[in-house]
Amino acid sequence: MEANKFVVSTSPHVRDPISTRWIMCQVIIALTPVTVYSMAIHGIHGFYVLISSVAGALMGELAVQKGRKLPVTLGDCSAALTGLLLALTLPPRVPWWIALVAGLVATVLGKQIFGGLGHNLFNPALVGRAVVFVSWAAHMTAGYAKSARIGIANTATHRLIQKALADAASGASPLAAMKIVYDPSLSYTGPAGVPKLQASTYYKPLLLANPWGCLGEVSALLLILGGIYLVITRIVDWRIPVVYVGTVAALTALTGRDPLFYTLAGGLLIGAIFMATDYTTSPLAPRGRVVYALGLGLVTWLLRFWSNNPEGVMFAILFMNGLVPIIDRYMLPRPYGKRGAEEAGKP
Amino acid sequence: MKSRAPRLSARARRIRGGVHPPEHKHLTADRPIRRIDAPEVVILPMRQHAGAPCTPRVKRGDVVAVGTVVGDTEAFVSAPIHSSVSGTVQNVAPHPHPAGGEVLSVFVENDGEYRIDPEVHPLPWEDMGPEEIRKAVRASGMVGLGGAAFPTHVKLAPPEKYPIDTVILNGAECEPFLTADYRIMLEYAEEVVEGLRIIMKAVGAPRGIVAVEDNKPLALRRMAEVARGRDVEVLSLRTRYPQGAEKVLIANLLGREVPSGGLPMHVGVVVNNVGTARALAHYFRTGMPLVERVVTVTGSVVREPANLMVPLGTPFRAALDACGGFTEPPAKLIMGGPMMGLAQYTMEVPVVKGTSGILALSQKETEFEIPLEPVCIRCGRCVEVCPMNLVPTYLAAMAHKEKMEDLERLNVNDCIECGCCAYVCPTKNPLVQLIKAGKAELARRKVLFERRAQEAANRGSGKEGGDGGQ
Repeated sequence: MEANKFVVSTSPHVRDPISTRWIMCQVIIALTPVTVYSMAIHGIHGFYVLISSVAGALMGELAVQKGRKLPVTLGDCSAALTGLLLALTLPPRVPWWIALVAGLVATVLGKQIFGGLGHNLFNPALVGRAVVFVSWAAHMTAGYAKSARIGIANTATHRLIQKALADAASGASPLAAMKIVYDPSLSYTGPAGVPKLQASTYYKPLLLANPWGCLGEVSALLLILGGIYLVITRIVDWRIPVVYVGTVAALTALTGRDPLFYTLAGGLLIGAIFMATDYTTSPLAPRGRVVYALGLGLVTWLLRFWSNNPEGVMFAILFMNGLVPIIDRYMLPRPYGKRGAEEAGKP
Repeated sequence: MKSRAPRLSARARRIRGGVHPPEHKHLTADRPIRRIDAPEVVILPMRQHAGAPCTPRVKRGDVVAVGTVVGDTEAFVSAPIHSSVSGTVQNVAPHPHPAGGEVLSVFVENDGEYRIDPEVHPLPWEDMGPEEIRKAVRASGMVGLGGAAFPTHVKLAPPEKYPIDTVILNGAECEPFLTADYRIMLEYAEEVVEGLRIIMKAVGAPRGIVAVEDNKPLALRRMAEVARGRDVEVLSLRTRYPQGAEKVLIANLLGREVPSGGLPMHVGVVVNNVGTARALAHYFRTGMPLVERVVTVTGSVVREPANLMVPLGTPFRAALDACGGFTEPPAKLIMGGPMMGLAQYTMEVPVVKGTSGILALSQKETEFEIPLEPVCIRCGRCVEVCPMNLVPTYLAAMAHKEKMEDLERLNVNDCIECGCCAYVCPTKNPLVQLIKAGKAELARRKVLFERRAQEAANRGSGKEGGDGGQ
């Protein structure tokens, strides 16, 4: 008898080759076009922010895991992805050390403190952003203001918007500008001799080249393409971005404002496609995901139109993240064969 | 009589969960079923079916023929075991069983003459009543040949309060690698349809369906040709594991849900494997009980993968030798397919009634890292693929932490252990493995709890006061 030794284990004996690392890398790939394009528009400052944020996120993860003598999991690319996502939500001219702190906070407070990958309640990148957003509000705003140069995105529309902004709201993000335009108490008219700013003026820049915003807001088109890639590769569930954006657009239209502008402007697309779909902080099952996305849309709409801030995506996502355990409790799939107890036993 | 081409209506139905692992069926799909000789000694375990094990009806030195009963029992949920060769009983002793552990087995020394038992004679089923058919099926030792090995006569005897309107023949063969059912449908299509009609007669069902996954177009066409004019439907199913799990099959074909904890008969359905149907027809035609079956012997390290007609009791080693042995030492030897098959530690285990395949996997194919602690990134893939609509990641976590109430609340007992969850998990969390352990522990504790309650009750009634009662 030959001495054959067999591995004995329970089924299944084969596995799908996908891994956590592969999934994270797909998201990074989906974000690459917008990141590269953003560097082109914002120049070296954007690059500093990107590097600092990613470095902060990696250092935070490494420090905690080394400190706790846990296996280091930088190889799964999730911390790198957190740093990248975070950078894309920061203004291009924010000081590098703020980006670094945001990155550290993201992985330490946002993720590792809960026990690491898969255990955090809130989206780590947005935790990092929220902390620096409230800690250095002036820097964060100034980060936008300084960025109000149109650089390579120099078209007639861009110059027109720049002129209209020059007077009242220098460097304002599109959402901030519209907050002023739509506010009846301000009765905004814009500088003399320049056509009054309208939501529709922004369509093309928002879609193709938007220098007035965070690093990741440079092109709605590239974000949507990234989203399509993730849906096709089945990394994200289409329900979350589609229902989220759809809800915001519908509520915006009901409020009498321009739904297309409010879809393209601000952090909605990057939030809906890349942040709200984060596995760990979104519901497990399809039904729950729809409820979650509806909630996201509602809260975003409330914050955008009835809070002091022009944008509401970040806090909407963080708020709904907090509700995920409850959603999961009530929105799990209906098990097969549980179609009403009295029907059971009847043919 | 209507003629029916394969209908694609079933394909349109929304499929429940499932996965589509690489099929690997090309290894053996084109290999016709080849009969192999029985070895010098066949080993017939007394447990080859779900239910009560048999007791040996022969002793050392007895002379048996092909088809002679060597093991039987009075229990209803059981099936007799017959000798697959003629010769002398060499020994009755425990032997390693492919389903694990050692099982009392009858060793028959093959005299090479293949004398047939005098009891064996054809049975004209068309002149027989349902009860006669069931009796004959019981005597044939027939069990589900898809792998579960549930005694067929039990399926054919549903209580009167559950009238059966549909018999489904399962030709999905959704497990990767396996092609035994595929070859049976191609080569024994007539017998498959005849078997279906026998079952329909036994249970009084007006409707018969042969369901085949759409990755087997030739089988679909062949079955449709034979079914034409016989009032049997042939339906195409989308290729998706575990399409062949009976609860999934019933939902996808008929839109009916078998109630939790229930059986197909509770929704008026009986499901049998196409191989079982073929074996039944063969039995009624010849009178020869179940003494052989088709086994797919395959895997990347098998020199000449093949579909073999194997006498029951043939050791795996002999079946593998009939396929030229290995090109390199296998790392894993599996009975069945890679998704639900049972890993073996030795090649000396015999082919039993439930052996649909013998699969040898290489080192590379079986390697993947499994985390020591369950890691879940909550991607929801396991929820998406679970055909029973359960939440495998929660079940696994609860099983890991031995939270039994939560396991029950999350319907752990509805798990069909198909393994889709573990297959798709990106963190390679052993989900179904943990769930299986959880189910077993839950059952164990229930028995323990009931026994304790019983003991407490006995004590309470025997002694005054007892320990306080409930």
